[in-house]
Formats: sequence, structure tokens, C-alpha cells
Amino acid sequence: MIPKVLIMSGYGINCEKESAHAFEKAGAECEIVHINDLISKKKKMSDYNIIMFPGGFSYGDDTGSGNAFANKIKNNLWEDLLEFINSGKLILGVCNGFQVMTHLGLFATDGDYGKRISSLESNTSNRYECLWVNIKNNNSNCIFTKGIEQTHLPIAHGEGRFTCDKNTLEELKKNNQIVFTYCNEAGDDAENVYPINPNGALNDIAAICDKTGRLMGMMPHPERAIYSISEPEFHLKKEIAKRENKEIPDLISSNFRIFQNAVDYFKDR
Amino acid sequence: MQENGQIFRISIDSKEKGSEAKILEKKLFSLGFETSIEVSKVYTIQYDFSAEQITAIANALHNPIVETPRINSPSKKEFSWALELGFLPGVTDNVANTTTEIINDLFKINIGRNKVFTSKLILIKSDNLKKEDIEIIAKELINTLIERFHIKSAEQYTEDNGMDYIVPKVNIKEEQNVIAIDLNVSDEILTELGKKGIPDPVTNTRRGPLALDLDYLHAIQAYYKKEGRKATDIELESIAQTWSEHCKHTLFAGEIDDIKEGIYKKFIKAATIKVREDLGDKDFCLSVFKDNSGGIIFNDDWMITDKAETHNSPSALDPFGGAITGIVGVNRDTIGFGMGALPIVNKYGFCLGRPEDKTFIYRGKNKTNPALTPRKIMDGVIHGVNVGGNCSGIPTPTGFVYFDDCYKGKPLIFVGTVGLLPRKLPNGNPSQDKQAQPGDNIVMIGGRVGKDGIHGATFSSEEMDEGSPATAVQIGDPITQKKLSDAIVKEARDKELYNSITDNGAGGLSCSVAEMARECGGFIVDLEKVPLKYPGLPPWETWISESQERMTLSVPDNKLKEFMDLMESRGVESTVIGNFNDTKKAIVNFNGKEIFNLDMEFLHDGLPKRKLITKPYPYRTEEPKITIDNQKALFEKILGNHNNCSFEFISKQYDHEVQNNSVIKPLQGKGRVNGAASVVKPLFSSNKAAVMSQCLYPRLSEINCYDMAACAIDTSIRNCVAVGGNIDHLALMDNFCWCSSNEPERMGQLKDAAQACYDYATIYKTPFISGKDSMFNDFKGFDEKDNSIKISVLPTLMISSISIIDNAKDTITMDFKLPGDLIYTIGMTKDECGGSEFYRAFDKFGAKSPKVDAQKARKLYETMFQLNKKGMFSACAPVNQGGLLITLAKMAIAGQLGAETDLSKAPNDNLPIEKIFYSESQSRFIVTINPKDQDEFVKAMSDFDIAKIGTVKEDNEFIINNKEEQVIKTDIEKLEKIYKKRFEDY
Repeated sequence: MIPKVLIMSGYGINCEKESAHAFEKAGAECEIVHINDLISKKKKMSDYNIIMFPGGFSYGDDTGSGNAFANKIKNNLWEDLLEFINSGKLILGVCNGFQVMTHLGLFATDGDYGKRISSLESNTSNRYECLWVNIKNNNSNCIFTKGIEQTHLPIAHGEGRFTCDKNTLEELKKNNQIVFTYCNEAGDDAENVYPINPNGALNDIAAICDKTGRLMGMMPHPERAIYSISEPEFHLKKEIAKRENKEIPDLISSNFRIFQNAVDYFKDR
Repeated sequence: MQENGQIFRISIDSKEKGSEAKILEKKLFSLGFETSIEVSKVYTIQYDFSAEQITAIANALHNPIVETPRINSPSKKEFSWALELGFLPGVTDNVANTTTEIINDLFKINIGRNKVFTSKLILIKSDNLKKEDIEIIAKELINTLIERFHIKSAEQYTEDNGMDYIVPKVNIKEEQNVIAIDLNVSDEILTELGKKGIPDPVTNTRRGPLALDLDYLHAIQAYYKKEGRKATDIELESIAQTWSEHCKHTLFAGEIDDIKEGIYKKFIKAATIKVREDLGDKDFCLSVFKDNSGGIIFNDDWMITDKAETHNSPSALDPFGGAITGIVGVNRDTIGFGMGALPIVNKYGFCLGRPEDKTFIYRGKNKTNPALTPRKIMDGVIHGVNVGGNCSGIPTPTGFVYFDDCYKGKPLIFVGTVGLLPRKLPNGNPSQDKQAQPGDNIVMIGGRVGKDGIHGATFSSEEMDEGSPATAVQIGDPITQKKLSDAIVKEARDKELYNSITDNGAGGLSCSVAEMARECGGFIVDLEKVPLKYPGLPPWETWISESQERMTLSVPDNKLKEFMDLMESRGVESTVIGNFNDTKKAIVNFNGKEIFNLDMEFLHDGLPKRKLITKPYPYRTEEPKITIDNQKALFEKILGNHNNCSFEFISKQYDHEVQNNSVIKPLQGKGRVNGAASVVKPLFSSNKAAVMSQCLYPRLSEINCYDMAACAIDTSIRNCVAVGGNIDHLALMDNFCWCSSNEPERMGQLKDAAQACYDYATIYKTPFISGKDSMFNDFKGFDEKDNSIKISVLPTLMISSISIIDNAKDTITMDFKLPGDLIYTIGMTKDECGGSEFYRAFDKFGAKSPKVDAQKARKLYETMFQLNKKGMFSACAPVNQGGLLITLAKMAIAGQLGAETDLSKAPNDNLPIEKIFYSESQSRFIVTINPKDQDEFVKAMSDFDIAKIGTVKEDNEFIINNKEEQVIKTDIEKLEKIYKKRFEDY
């Protein structure tokens, strides 16, 4: 089947358009839905197969990035969301969306949704950072990242420093919940060196998933990097290709794959 | 304090020291204080909540993984001093507003406004700091115009059981009455009224400048004589706003010398008219000079808008607030263009004093009222655009910083926004057309009205001195505006729920309502309906307040319910405040009583025409003689100077990837060098792209203002062409930031610059589509020895360019790409070092300013565009500040590849080598090409001055020769270090 994607919007979320485009390009049907239309029951979560929490500045990051938006979901849509999750569907959170999912407690290591286990704190620089990074896949379980080894894409955030306590980190590793980590171009661990690890994240963690691998949150923005022309190296790559009488591919497949995987998941359902 | 409910104090402590505390420790260390810092967030809440409720609120406000809450209890941490920072009463507290929403949603109640206040508690551990030191720290961290601080020693803190519970509510004691003012008085009293404002009948203090000159006051006097009554305060304040220099641009509109139609019509508007005529059916303008932005064709279905503004005076007083309200304000010029455009690009330009300049200047005598230091202004404005742009989800791919001591007293803060909208609405009407209809409801949407931003328009029409009002400062709330913007541009516009829309900018409602009423003929407003931030605002303040994030719309009755329902469901406050009509009258009522009744014609066109005169400005005529001992040292000095070095730290804190439209980013190449132009591709469905640049040459104003403007125009266009821009589809904008405009010599400079605007725009066939001026950028005050000083900015003209191209893939960056590529210079290098960064290195201006041959340049730019489209160049850079040598160095750093060149080969007027290096002659490029394309390139460029100067190297050596002599030998790592050193710790 062709999955329907709910792209969450409202209160300062701002990446809904490019998020919808990436999913549509991958063959999904998308609808940008204002959270108040879900609360007023004009729209129903259960009508969708995938929820995406896009990036942005919900409530201006006031009281902590993603916190106020997560509160709004907890207060009004929590039962709907649990039902959505328990019916085997997918959720992707990017940047502010990852922050919202973190506050919602969707990554609990014991599978108990609603329990916060981690935090995305201010970058070590205590400043907003917008730059391209490399990340590698450490995960065999996550639906979204199947077949991806390493990729290159931008981050743009002020609060992206993943942190949790030691036990939780061990649990995350044990459960196969760590998805992407920051690395250099060659694929070596960033080892918390700036700007390879752009925010000081614990263990270079850029993305995690829940125990089932159906819910993923990531700080970098794959939806901003599905086309080669978006890459800072585009002009160099174009010139090199031209001298070899080649053309560079339109898509950055390692980023596009995240959306493709989500759509493919529903192929036989 | 207890009358409005119990006061709770929730403090959120970090379990481990956070980044904010660590960065703060570093900052204090740089100020000479060795400390250990803990930072807590504090929420002071005044409302009768139960213990369970307040616990639930505390839980909603923290993340238990990293934070712990305290309710009404002191910190147990060890420290020496407690410093609390909060806002002053009435200052917009965004976090408090969000907290209020969280509480309301949590309990499904409405606790109302002004119940939550946020602050920050900083616990400082240090062995040797005294209270005076903590005060110094506090003042370093806040702006005392808008923020407060409280200090307690550890002992006091323990004794008092924590900090005091402070509720910074606004208490207004003023009368809400309207005052009648007799204008049948002497010229002396009238002048006083104009300069200092209306006297308050109780306190007898003046309300702040009306900025009305005597000839204006005479016209007003005559109007009321004819009407046979006294004026009301709200009428006078409103006329002052509408007639202000800021709104009417009288210096640009007024008769000047023998130019009856004034500078704007004669030079700027006329240029656009002529260009559009000359372009004929290739004219790409859709809306010029009549709306909040200018609009040009993007493709058959879409239109691109552009607008640039300045926010200089507010940024001098409160850099963060000034810059953030500047950027979100110019976003509203996009949202308020036509029926509403979507902002797709933010741009910035900061003209600042040198940040290391620590010499204080004062607004008052005896070292009172110090101006903010250049560093504090710099940090504040950078952060303001950061928060404003990033929070709004608008990418910022383009910007610059320019340093000169002339900007120490008053910085120039340019902010711009590019917008996108369909050319036709779903009903088939052109989207740029709008017209309020008689009978339409006047609806105000977005933020509420407070005392912030009173007298903004009249204030920026004055020089800055001791009396500059603090209330002119505004605080931005980008999320309130983001909600508004989404609801309008993404929903209400295409449902055709309104007939007209405009921004509430300078002059607030008084200007937006009166301006929109011109579309239909008149209005009646019931002022008590305007939602306020806090009670007690007198009517005149409600009417002219510049509280931010508001827009005014004209909504017909049959669409009103749908419009209001939509706004409510999107969390946007909207209020009907009156009706438009065709009575030719502007009327404001307050609680049923008429307090304002003016003829529309008088309000808009009653101001007397000015007659201005100019005198020639005494330009500099002395050309320096310079001897150079060490070419390499001079090269390194110029490469690392303020205006050539990297400002990556700004570029990377502004999101330029959101919306996924960026193609050429602010930093180019592996070496991440700041480029002069950017490219965005705003539609997923098309490769069409917009190319943008901005540029200015203030130092040339001292030598030749005509050349100053010519160079700004040529550079702005050249920057676009270098990355692939098309001069046949390129529009300009002018932002004049002048000084002392009451001096005929300064107006003489203005006329020279405006003449160049006409001449060059018409030859280049690049129309001006929008513009703005700010005419009094002067600081009057005192130095450290109490000498009277005046610091005026150099007359500064920022030219913005925007070009539309068919294919974003046909663009080109500046970085060297491949070893072996041939390096060519294009264009003639002449003895034109006047105003250059080269002469600046010797503290000289010089007298030989660059001259622009526009006819020749246009042909070159056409050819460059064609070659670019063919993919001729592997790298291309415009030759700008610093000349050929600096440009070459930046291309090498960007590409992380060396080069060996002989710059004496560059076509030149027999110049000594240093002038070839550093002359800032216009219309030049450096390009690299694949050696196999050499013949084709040379043939295509046969009409132009080109020369092969060398090749890109495989290794990282950077070698510059002068014929047989090696003048400079260094390497890329060293150059990169110098290029990035100045701001590496910012």
C-alpha cells in the first residue's frame, strides 16, 4: 500500500514543506496537519501510517527545545499517539522533532513509552550551529536506515547535545537503539572532536530509535539533503564529473533512502 | 504584591554544569574574573494554584534526566554570590508567554496575562569577588534599558531563605484621558512642542519628540484654525508619525535646488521607469515602489519579492532587540506584500565599530549615559538576527560585516527578506493587487499592544542624544509572528479571506490603518477594542505604539467569521477594531467618544513641501605616497584585516539550509571562505534560481559620492554575475544611510550618489524595485575627557541585487577546483586605490576613486553569463575589497589548492606592483579554466582585457611573482590561519 504521512505543523515548526516533499518523492502520500486540527478532531492520527515531527522552533524553544510541544501532545493526544505506535506504524523526528520525541519519552529502553531516558542539551558552543556533518549507521534494527552505511547531511540546531546516564547508554547499546553517530569523512568516530561532532553529543550520538526500530529521532536533517545540488561540494563534484565526461546523480541516495525505507515498509502491508 | 494571588517561585537547576554555565565562566574569565558558575531557570508565578498544581507545573517545565525543580525553596549549592537577571516591567517575556500556554493547556483554564515572569539565577563561586565586581558582571550580561538584576551574598541569601519574589508588573499611573492642545501659540512654544513633544498636564514632563519642524507646525496650526478647535494629543502624535521623515521621506521627496520633483522621483523612480521602457516586452517588474516590497517575475507562475530595511537607532540602544525586530520586521514587509508572500531568504549587513575599541563615549556630560561599546553592539545584533531568522524558519544565506570607526556611535543594521508568491491567486486575480473596500472590517492580528516602541518613527528621524527615549526599544517575539505568517501565507491568502493586508511597522496602527484607508477613502476605529499587553495605556500610545508582530487586514463581512475562526485555530489573536469607509475622514473613538477626526487628505498630504539646497561637499584631493618595506607582511595584514577576514562564526550560526533551497551557501569551498553572493532554488519543481548580493563602499563617500554609488552598483551586479547571475533579469534596491542631512554639503553628496544611481541603473538596465532611507545617523555626545563630540557615519549606500536564472546547476563558486587549471584575470586594473583596504592599512583615504565604465561592463557581464552557462569556468570570483591579490588568496584558501601567478601580467595602466595587487578598480574577475578550453575562452573574450596570470598548483604553495622576481611565497595553511584568526574566539 501507499502509506499516508502526517507531517506535524504549528507553533513554530518550520521544516514541514521539505519533509513532505522528501516523503512524496519516495512515493508516499503526505498531509501537513496543524496540531490543533488533531486536537479538535478535524483530523485523526489513525488515518495515517507514518507521523513525521519535522524540525523547527516549536514555541521558540522556550522552557527547553521541544518541551512545550511535547506537553501539548501529552495533554491532548497521548492516547491517540500510543494507539498509533502500538498498531505497528512508523514515526520519524528530525531536529526539533527529535527533541519533541525525546520529551515524549518515545525511546524508553524498557519499551515503556512515556518515560524520558535522555536529553538534547545546548551545544557545547552554547550557540546555534549550521553545518554539514558525516554520520554512520550503527544499527541493524531500525526500519529507516536499512542499507545505509554512512551519509553526509546538514545539522542546524542550538540544542543537539545528546546526553543520558551510563546505565541508559549501556541499555541503548544492548537494545540496538543507537542509530547514527558522527564520524569523519573516512568513517572514523568523531570522538567528540568539534566540528566532526558538532554539538558535543555523548558517544557522538546523532540518532536513536525505540526498541522496535519503528520510531527514530535524529538531529541532522536528511530532508534537506536528498538532492546533490544541496551539497556544499556540488560545484566541485560537478567539475570533476565533467572532466570525466560524467554527470553527478540527482539524488543523494543515502539520505533519500531514509524516506524510501519508510515507504517500502508498507509495500506489502 | 499579594492582591492578585499567591506567588510561587519555581527554579529549575541543572544536575550537571551546562554549556551556558561553562561559556559564561569563559566569558567572565576573559573579563578577569575566575569563577565557578551554576545557572538556574526561574519561573515566578502569581496565581492561586494548589500545591499539587504547582508541582504539576514544575514537572511540565523540566526534563528529569538533566534537571531538578525547586518550589519556593533556596538552592543548596555552595556559592559566594547569587545574581538574578530578569526583565523590567512591560518588556516582552516570550518564555513566560509559552509557560502561560503550557499551564493553560495543562489544566484547561485561562489564567490570563502577566501571571508568569521568568528570570535567570546565576550562582557564582569565587574566593575574591566583591559586590562591585558582581555589579560589573551583571552590567556586562544585561542591557539595563530592558533588564534588571539583583545581587545577594551567600550569607544574605541564606538569611532571606533565597532570592526575593519579584513580580515585574507594569503599573501605569498616567491618566487615560485625551488632552486638548491649543496651537494658537507663539512660534517659540510651537518649536518646543515639535522638538520635545507634548507636555504631560500632571507631571509637565515632555512625552518625547514629535520631530515636527516649525513649517509643519504652521500647517497644522492653520488646519485647526480652519476647523475652529483645539487639537487632541492623539491627533498630533498621529500627524507626527505620518509626516515623519521615516514615513514620508521628505528629504528624498522635497524640491532640491532646481529639481522640483525631488531626488527620489528624478533619479530613482525615473531610472526604473526608463529601464522598464527600454526593456519593453522583456520588462520583468511586477510591482515597484508602491508596496512593502518590490516584486519581479520569477517564472510564468511565481513572483519574487525583495526588500531591505535598516534598524539603526534601536540597535544602538538595544542591539539584540533592535536587530531581532529589524529582521522579523522586514519579514512582515514580505508577508505584507501584495496579498502575502512567503519569506524564503533573510539577508543581513552590519556596519560596526571595531570590536576591540574599548574607548567609551557618552550621551551625557560628566561620563553619564555611556553608549554601548562596539563589541557589545556587535554581539547583540549578531544574536538578534540569529534568533529572529532561525526561529522563523527562514534561511540566511547572504550577509556581510563591515567595520569602520565611523559606525562606533551609531551602527548601521541592514536586514532584508526575499519572498515568493504565486502570480495569480486561486480566483485568478493578480496577487500583487489589493484594495480595502468601504465597509470592510479593520482587523489587527498577531501580538498585543504595549508601551514598547513608542516614538520609533519620529525618533529615527532625529539625531541620537541624551534624550533618546528608552521606550523606542522593542523586543521581538518570532514565534508569535511565525504563527501569524503561516496562517496568512499558507492558509488565509489562498482562501481569499481578506481584501488587503499591511504591516504594522513604524507608527503602528496610526500608519497602517491610515495608509490602508487610502485604498478606500476613510476609517473609523474604536480604540478600546485594541488588545493590550497590560491595562492603562493612554489612547495616543495605543494608536502609535510599535509593538511588534502585528499586521492589519481588511476583511469583508462575509469572510469575517471564517477568517476569525481560522486565526483562532492557529493560535493567532485577531481583533476587529473598526471599519473602513469612503467618507474621506479618519476617525478614532475611545469608549464611544470621538478623540480623533481628521480629513484624510490633510493627514496624508497636508505637509508643506520642503525646499532643500545643496552645496558641493569638500571631497578629499590628496593622494598618499606609500613605500612598502615588506610585501608579504602587508599582504598578510590586509588579508587578515576586519573587512577581508573570515566571519564564518556568523555564517554558521544562521541557518542557511532550512527550506532546502540553498545552492551557493555563505561559505564556499572546502576552505569555507565567505562568498560575495548566494544562490537559492526556491521551488522543488523547477531549477529556476535566485542569485543575491549586497554591497557598499562608504569610504569612497569622502572622495567622490558619485563613484561611491557607481562602485556599489557595479559590485553588487558583478557579485551576482560571478556566480552565474543574468544581468538581463536583475533588479536592484537602494538603502541610503546618510548623516547630518540638514547640512547642504551632505545633501550635495546625496545628490551626487543619486545621480549615479540613475546613470548606472539605466545603462545596466537594472531597475530599482524598492528602497529605503535613514538620514540622521549621527551620534552627539562626549568623550572620556568630557569634550563634546559628534560621530557621523560615512554616507553609506547599500545596493542589493537579485537576479533570476533558469538553472541553479549553471552556477559557479570561487574555490579553485583542480590542479593545472589556468588562472585568468578579466578587466583593467587602474590607478584607483582611493578608499581601498590598501590605503586603510596606512590610515589614508586617497583621492583616486574607481571609475566605472558601465557600457563596457554591461557587455562583459552579458558575455560572462553566456560563458558561465556553458560551464566555461571551474572557478570565478569578483575582484572586490582588497583587489586582485586578496581575491586570489581567498580562491586558493577556498579550494585548499596552491597557485603560482605573475600578477604583473594582469592588464594594467603601467602600475607599480602593489597597486596591481590592491587597486579596487571595478568590473574585474579572476577565473580558472580547464586548459583544453583556453582557445575557446580567449576567443570569446576578444573584446575584453584578459591575461593568463598562472596556474592552480597540486601542492599548497602560494607564490606571487612580479616578472622574474618572487614577491610572495607562502602556503595555504598559513593563509587560512591569517584569514580566520581575527574572529576565531568569537
